[in-house]
Amino acid sequence: MSNFKELAAAVLEGDDENVQAITRQLINAGTAPLEIVNKGLLAGMDIVAPKFKAGEMFIPEVMMSAKALAEGMKLVKPLLSADDSADVSTFLMGTVKGDLHDIGKNLVVMIVESGGFNVVDLGIDVAPEQFVAAIKEHKPHIVGMCALLTTTMMGMKDTIELITEAGLRDSVKILVGGAPLYPEFAEKIGADGYCVDAVACKEMATAMVAKN
Amino acid sequence: MVIVGELINTSRKAISEAVDNKDAQYIQQVAREQAEAGADFIDVNCGSKVFNEVESMRWLVSTIQQAVQTPLCIDSPNPEALEAGLELIMHTVPMINSITDEGPRFEAVIPLVQKYKAKIVALCMDECGMPDTAADRMRVVGNLYVKLKAAGVDDDDLYFDPLVKPVSSVASAGAEVLDTIRLIREQYPQVHFMCGLSNVSYGLPNRKYLNRLFVAQTMAAGMDGYILNPTDQGMMGLICAAKTLLGQDEFCMGYLKAHRKGFYGE
Repeated sequence: MSNFKELAAAVLEGDDENVQAITRQLINAGTAPLEIVNKGLLAGMDIVAPKFKAGEMFIPEVMMSAKALAEGMKLVKPLLSADDSADVSTFLMGTVKGDLHDIGKNLVVMIVESGGFNVVDLGIDVAPEQFVAAIKEHKPHIVGMCALLTTTMMGMKDTIELITEAGLRDSVKILVGGAPLYPEFAEKIGADGYCVDAVACKEMATAMVAKN
Repeated sequence: MVIVGELINTSRKAISEAVDNKDAQYIQQVAREQAEAGADFIDVNCGSKVFNEVESMRWLVSTIQQAVQTPLCIDSPNPEALEAGLELIMHTVPMINSITDEGPRFEAVIPLVQKYKAKIVALCMDECGMPDTAADRMRVVGNLYVKLKAAGVDDDDLYFDPLVKPVSSVASAGAEVLDTIRLIREQYPQVHFMCGLSNVSYGLPNRKYLNRLFVAQTMAAGMDGYILNPTDQGMMGLICAAKTLLGQDEFCMGYLKAHRKGFYGE
């Protein structure tokens, strides 16, 4: 069973070729796909996140790990049964209208995915109407919004208002983050949480889903 | 070389609190320190005060001008906040940070540039978003240049910001900025530059080394304006040294002055 450990280590090192090779070996040996995901791939990212938070790993390394993880997931995902993915929570993510910066958002998507969420990435410059439509379509547990500009911060308020008007506010938790934000702002616009960085976002999202 | 002192920005906790508490003394002290450290402009940014940016801008501009006569750089993407600051300016010509080639923003900011005869920072950005390559940036620069000239802006009052992205996520980000600077210099030799430099090192350790190297690299390519912390003696010393090596420091007087001030201690 040391292969799980090797797989996790390969994810940590961002070695996508090795991740693919070990994942294939495990699949061929008849290992349950969900175990490969949980004990191997995500276990690797579970080491990455705290190291990133502690300043021992840096953005380029995290991106390499996330890429390696994604390569492994590509192989395993088609093998997961409906039962396996039934209790996976959905996380909807986008930068708000007018905000065209995707670096922070992409990092959040990777880290949250590594927390075992099914992340629906709406991309950048997402209008309130698009958020509402996506909530109706994907029925997420959590909606994440980010903004890098002070000018687009108010887009979060507009989005939360429209979600409320659409009668969907109680069906989702809303997390916000981004360079110009601060906790009081998140509170003032009626978000459920302010995330200082991608790892904090994953931790909050995980805690929120566990409560439900 | 134009240095815009970046410290009066409410995204910094101490400044945010000073604005909330109307602590004029603290703001004035930060303004004075930057002026004394050699800032040519003092940036005023209270964009994070989204619920009362206009009022905060008025208070900051009045407060700073009671302490120093250094020109101000009024910094907001919000035209209302820009105007609130600009109409209180007492000393010399202000700088506006910033305009872009996004339709409504351009239309709202350009009358302010004309009315206050302001120097203007133009971000290499349009509706298509953040440019990746030097070619993307030059397309925006070309369009903006034509429009700004048509609005009566002098080359000498125009500061292009090539938009610096983090190399931690976009490996080519630094190289593309260097190419952009060279291309702008070639095609529009009379215009100036401005940039927030420290984005380049976001997400990486030992950021100050990357920032300082990038100053040297961009200066060699023709960059002549930065928004940075002028009280960082290491950075300011490096800029003096780079000017000397580029032949912009007659008799090395700037370099020697920086030496005597102890800027090269370590």
